[in-house]
Parts: sequence; structure tokens; C-alpha cells
Amino acid sequence: MADITNSKPAGGGMGLNIGKILLEGRAFFALVAIIVVFSILSPVYFSLGNFLIMSSHVAIFGLLAIGMLLVILNGGIDLSVGSTLGLSGVVAGFLMQGVEIPAAGVVLYPPVWAVVVLTVLLGAFVGLINGVLIAIFNVPAFVATLGMLYVARGVALLMTNGLTYNNLGGDAALGNTGFDWLGFNRIAGVPIGVIVLALVALAVGLVLARSAFGRWLYASGGNERAAELSGVPTRGVKISVYVLSGICAAIAGLVLSSQLTSAGPTAGTTYELTAIAAVVIGGAALTGGRGNVLGTMLGAFVIGFLSDGLVIIGVSAYWQTVFTGAVIVLAVLLNSLQYGRSGR
Amino acid sequence: MTVQQSIRPEAAQATGEVVMSARHVAKHYGAVKALKGVNFDIHRGQVTTLFGENGAGKSTLMKILSGIVTPTSGQILLDGEPVSFHGANDALAQGISIIHQELALAPNLNVRDNIFMGREIRTPRGVDFAEEERVTRALMEELEEEIDPLTPVEELRLGQQQIVEIARALQARSRILIMDEPTSALSASEVEVLFKVINDLTAKGVSIVYISHHLEEALEVTDHAVVLRDGEMTAYAPRAEIDLEWIVRNMVGEGFDLGSPPASRTGEPALIIEDLCVPDPSGHGLVVDHMNLSVRCGEIVCIYGLMGAGRTEMMECAAGRIRAREGAVKLHGCDVSHLSIAERIDAGLVLVPEDRQRDGLVQTMTVGQNLSLSSIAAFTRGLFTSRKAERKVVEDSIREVTVKTDGGGAMIGSLSGGNQQKVVIGKMLATRPEVILLDEPSRGIDVGAKAEVFKLLARTAEERGLAVLYSTSEVGECLSIAHRIVVMNRGRISAEFDHTATKEQIMAASGEAVHH
Repeated sequence: MADITNSKPAGGGMGLNIGKILLEGRAFFALVAIIVVFSILSPVYFSLGNFLIMSSHVAIFGLLAIGMLLVILNGGIDLSVGSTLGLSGVVAGFLMQGVEIPAAGVVLYPPVWAVVVLTVLLGAFVGLINGVLIAIFNVPAFVATLGMLYVARGVALLMTNGLTYNNLGGDAALGNTGFDWLGFNRIAGVPIGVIVLALVALAVGLVLARSAFGRWLYASGGNERAAELSGVPTRGVKISVYVLSGICAAIAGLVLSSQLTSAGPTAGTTYELTAIAAVVIGGAALTGGRGNVLGTMLGAFVIGFLSDGLVIIGVSAYWQTVFTGAVIVLAVLLNSLQYGRSGR
Repeated sequence: MTVQQSIRPEAAQATGEVVMSARHVAKHYGAVKALKGVNFDIHRGQVTTLFGENGAGKSTLMKILSGIVTPTSGQILLDGEPVSFHGANDALAQGISIIHQELALAPNLNVRDNIFMGREIRTPRGVDFAEEERVTRALMEELEEEIDPLTPVEELRLGQQQIVEIARALQARSRILIMDEPTSALSASEVEVLFKVINDLTAKGVSIVYISHHLEEALEVTDHAVVLRDGEMTAYAPRAEIDLEWIVRNMVGEGFDLGSPPASRTGEPALIIEDLCVPDPSGHGLVVDHMNLSVRCGEIVCIYGLMGAGRTEMMECAAGRIRAREGAVKLHGCDVSHLSIAERIDAGLVLVPEDRQRDGLVQTMTVGQNLSLSSIAAFTRGLFTSRKAERKVVEDSIREVTVKTDGGGAMIGSLSGGNQQKVVIGKMLATRPEVILLDEPSRGIDVGAKAEVFKLLARTAEERGLAVLYSTSEVGECLSIAHRIVVMNRGRISAEFDHTATKEQIMAASGEAVHH
């Protein structure tokens, strides 16, 4: 009596389906449109070299956006990722300059792998504070992460006294060279930053689609009360997404400071907003429970390819801001078209 | 859809002028038919009471009459002229106001500001607070309630808040006043005052529509009785021609079989609740008051009680949603009081919550994902879930609880209420529980789906030896599959019956028929 198929039932007319395909694949079509328009406007835009450069820019936002996606799927928001990115870069820079231990009278130069691990742990710790405040002490996510936005930025400024760590190249004699590998090297012509983004996206995509944690995340974002009564550890899920978001921000901080071979305390200012925009353009609902990694990646590429394209054709930076804003509002408008009517 | 009703309230014409009426009014929510072509008359200066069980469509009809909900089809006539309301304010402008079952007050504002909310007395120099206060004082005097107009509403107890809600409707000087369960939170003396106010109002020509679960109390005040069942009007009569028995008969209906207790062999006690106390959320008193109950393997127990009797709190406490102040919950003799919800599910104790939209379903997920949500561990291999194993869990569940769906991939919102309820039950049954608690499993689903849900529970109890504890506020459902009926009243068990009890006995024990 119960007919079971996983394929969607065949819809009505074809005309209706084209509208539906355009709506559901809007981020993809927007990206295609951006590439076509800029390729016509500028001869240098459509080339593999340019795509790779633009992609290495996208990698920074993309990493932040993946972490943000997890938080937004849970129905929260993480405003602290830009500051966490900046703080991570500064801490990495600090470690690369050597840590002086006055008691022993020595200066420790940790190897690059240790710098990377410590920085990622720092990102996780920042996320943990956010998560505990939100899940255990019931501080609204907006407020908790807004506070962390200020605190992390302030700590980064205090550590450097407002200055920038230059020269993160390390010294062969001290055995800590190779930090710029993340930002400068390429494997088979692809920048390492892009490869890191692809690996993180793949891993998170797999977790969301196939693991129990992914299912818990979608369930607690869609209806936390129902998820809790179904035995989902909703608090643990909530803390985890902020920790993962912090880790993503730390990785992004490492990639950025490696690309620049310097770490400034103001790096990543307002990047949290770009990350939120990428997630929203990718079709995720800010109320939680809806969205995926593919959409978020498309959203990040839409923003990155649009703003780089505007630079290439020589449009003023002020106009870029206007365009980006318009695209975000348009994306949210389309989201409400898609989701607004499905509920009763 | 226009269903011609066999019962027409024509007899009413003789007893009073009809001021407002509904003709063939229907309301559909997706696949759910809340009202199926109802005719309803309101008489000038008289009280018309609407009787019906939960989900019969009373509240939907009242929301249509007061402009909150637009009917799918049918007509509303006001003074014989067809009208259509655009929102509650539109109806209010025509002199129709409603006192909601759920309080619609702003708790942070004081009594005066609540009463005049949205219709402040405005002067060129701002709001005339002094005049508002004077009117509020006069209203409170009329209602014989000593409430200062400047008290914040959140500091009042529930009954007093109800009085404020009533005062708000009185202040609007409506000619038609709809009261949805106005007495549910009132004390006996407050109910007396309310009835006096109702008499005063009707004497002034105000027409009243009254809804109450306290049947005898409603009979005291009403002039006409209309009974709804499953979205249809089943009976109409003026007060003089009816009695309590008539109402119950028409409310519950006859001849529809909701099943009988299965012949399962009942074994050891599976669930034991000992001396359980749950504090009231407001901090005063207990909602569950030293309750003791045991349910054996294969046994089906029904908890009957009015709203606020403590059924929901008892079940949520047993499932781990809320903490007990005292007492223990034991599963096969082991105390599970300290376990989390997830751990209790693993131990075999599950809850199907009362409000399936709010607590039961994840609307953003598919039928299959909802069904498998509680048993993810069963199809996880290492780090990742196995699609094949999940499909099997989902297919088995769909078959077991007979969900009518296009398949596991359909969105949950595409199902009818009854099928959604089966998904919530199926989700919990997929965890292979030993005890299942169901809070009002028949709420808001039609009679056919009710019968299927009960049949499913009876079969599972018999085949798996499952202990079933379900609650209901519809007396007809007590006398279906339950081996034992426990009546709750104000947080305590007031009576216990076997399945041979009568409806009248059960209702009397719940405090329904007589108001204290």
C-alpha cells in the first residue's frame, strides 16, 4: 500500500519546471552569468590563470563561509569569524617570530606544523567559548558572537600593539621555514589555498550528507524541540558547530597570512558579513535547517568572481560595494520565494 | 465543496432574531478539512453554546466568525447581509470581538494599557491615560475583581489575566462577543461573576457565543446548543429541549469503532512512576502532585483528564523533557530519573508529544528523514550512515505504521495530519521501545485516522509486548483499546476504571461535569 520511491514524482508541465530549475539553481546560473558578462567585457577575464587567482581569493571567504554554513544550518549566526581569522594570523605570526621563555633564557622557534596545529586549536577554543555561551548559558548567538568579534580583535591588537608581523618566511637555520607554502605554492598549477578549500568543502559536505552528526544538525536547525525529543544531543551539536566555525576561521587566517607573508591585527575585518552573504546566496535559510556546501561554495564564488571582475574592468571600489549589497538582497528575496510558500 | 446539511437551525427563528450566521462554511488546511460546510446562527441577546471535542472545528469556526481566518468556501451573513472580513480588526469594527482560549495579552504592559491596546483614547496632547484608568477601574468593579489598573499583567495569576481579557472585550462594547473557554482558569466565584456579566450583557442585547468543556456549567448559561463533530454540525437544539446526556451523545457520536482492548498477555510492570511531583512553571504549587502509576508489558493504559490536569507534564517528565521535584521514574525496576532524553530512548522509554508541529516533526526534512531521526545509530556504519540500511528502516516504518506517502523522499508537509501523526509514532517505534507514552495521539486528526492509530497501538502492544500509556481529553477514546483508564484531576489520579466503565463515570471523576 505504501509506494516507495526515492525519485521525485514527475511534475506537471515543462514550462513550470524551467522556472523551478532556474529558482533552485539560481546561484549556479548567477555564476555562469557573471563569467559570461565579464568575459565579454574584458579579454583577460576568461583565462585559466585568472580563474586560479580569483579562486585563491575566494578560498578565504569560502573557508569562513563553510564554517558559517554549519552555524546557520543550526539556526545561529557567528559574527566573530572575521576577528578570529585576524587573531589566528597574529598568533601564527607571533609563534613564527619565536617564543621567548624568560625563565629558561631561551627563544623557542616552533616548527611550522606546530604553528598550524596551535593556531587551529586557538580557533577551536574561540569557537568553544561561543558555543558554551550560546548552548549552555542561553546567550543569543548574535550577542555572544558580537562580543567575541570585539574581544578577539582587541586581543589581536594588544598582542601586536597595532603593528603587523612581517617576514613570516622563517629561517632555515632555525628549522621553521615553509610557512609561505600555504599561500604561494601550487600543486599541479592549483594554489594550495584552493586545494585546502576543496578538501574542507569535501569533508564538510560528506559529514552533512552522510554522517549522523549531519543529520542531527539539519534536524536541530529545522526544529530543535522535536530533535531534542527524538534523542538528538542538541546542545552538543550546537557547541560543535561554533567550534568547527572557529577552526575554519583559523585555517582561513593561516592561508591569508601565508598569502601575504605577514599578519596584521586588522586582517579579516567585516569578512564575517561576506561569509554570511555567501551562505545566503547559496540558498541557505537563516532560520536554519536548509542549505548545503555546494550552494555555499557557489555563493562564495559568485561574490568573489563578481568583485574581482569589477576590479578587472576598472569599476570603482565604491560601486563594488553597491553591487555586492544588491546581489545579497536579491538572493534573500529569492530564498523567501523558494521557502516562503512551502510552509503552511 | 458544498455539503447540504440535513440539520437546519430553522427552529431557532421562533426563539430570537438571528444577528449573524454562517452558511455552508468550510475551511481546509492543505489536505486537512477542519470544517466541512457548517451552518451556524447567533441570536440577538442570547447565548449560543458550541459543543464539541478537541479537533471538532470549534475554534476554527470561531476564528472565521471573528475575521481571523478566511473560510475556504461558504458565506457569513451579518444582519442578513453577506460580509467578508479582512482580519480581526475588520470584524471588531463591525462589533464582533473574541476572547481567546490562549491569552492574547502583552505581559509586560499594565492592565490599563492591555485593555486599551490598539484603541487608545487619543487626544491632541497624547493618550488620555486618566480616562483610560477610570474606565478600567469601572470595568474591574463590574467584574467584581480587585485589580489595580496599573498592575503589570505578568504579576496577575492566570484567572485574573482571563478577567482582563474579558474586560478588554467588554470595553470594545461589541454586539457579538465570542468566548472561547473563558472559564478554564477561573475559580468558582469568578465563574459566577462572569455568568452575571453575561446575563447583564444579553439583557442589553449583546449576543454571545460560548465554548466550554465544562458541560454542566455551559448548560447553566446557554439558550441554544450546537454540537460539532469532525468539522460537521451534528445537532442543534434550544436549551429547553436538551440535557447533559444529549450533548455527550452528540459530541462523542455512536457506532464508530475505535477498537477494543487487545488480548495481549500482560506481564511484568514495565513503567513505574513513584510519587512523582512536577512543579508549576510559574513556581506556585505542583502540576503533578505525588502521582503513582504502573504500566505492565503489553498493557494499554489511558489517562483521561481536562486541560491543565497535569497529563502533559507527567509524560514530559517521564520522558526527561522536564525535571521532577520529587519521585522516580522506573523502567523494568531501574531508576531512569537521572537520564537524558536520548539515554531514556536508548533504554526503551519514548514519548510521542502532544503538539506534533512544534515538538514532533522537523518540517524542513523529508518523511524518511523524520522517520529515521531517532534510530540513526541503527544504520550508521563507522563514521557514515548507510543509505541502504536507512532505506530499509524507512520502508519498514512506512509499512508498519501505514503512512500514505509518495515515498520516503516526500516532504513531511505534504502529508495530512493523520499521516504526520503516524510518522511521529513510527519514528519512535523504529527505536524498538519497551514503553511508549503518547500525549493526545488523536489530537487534530479525523476519525478514520484515529481508528488506524489506535489499531496500530493495539497491534504493537499485543505483538511486541509494548507497554502503552496514552492520554486523551475525549471520553470516547478512553473506552476503545485501553485495558485500564486512569482519570487525572489537578495533578492527581482521581479514579481508576477498567474498560467496562461508562462515559458518565469517567467524566464525573475528571471534574468535568461539575465545576467546583
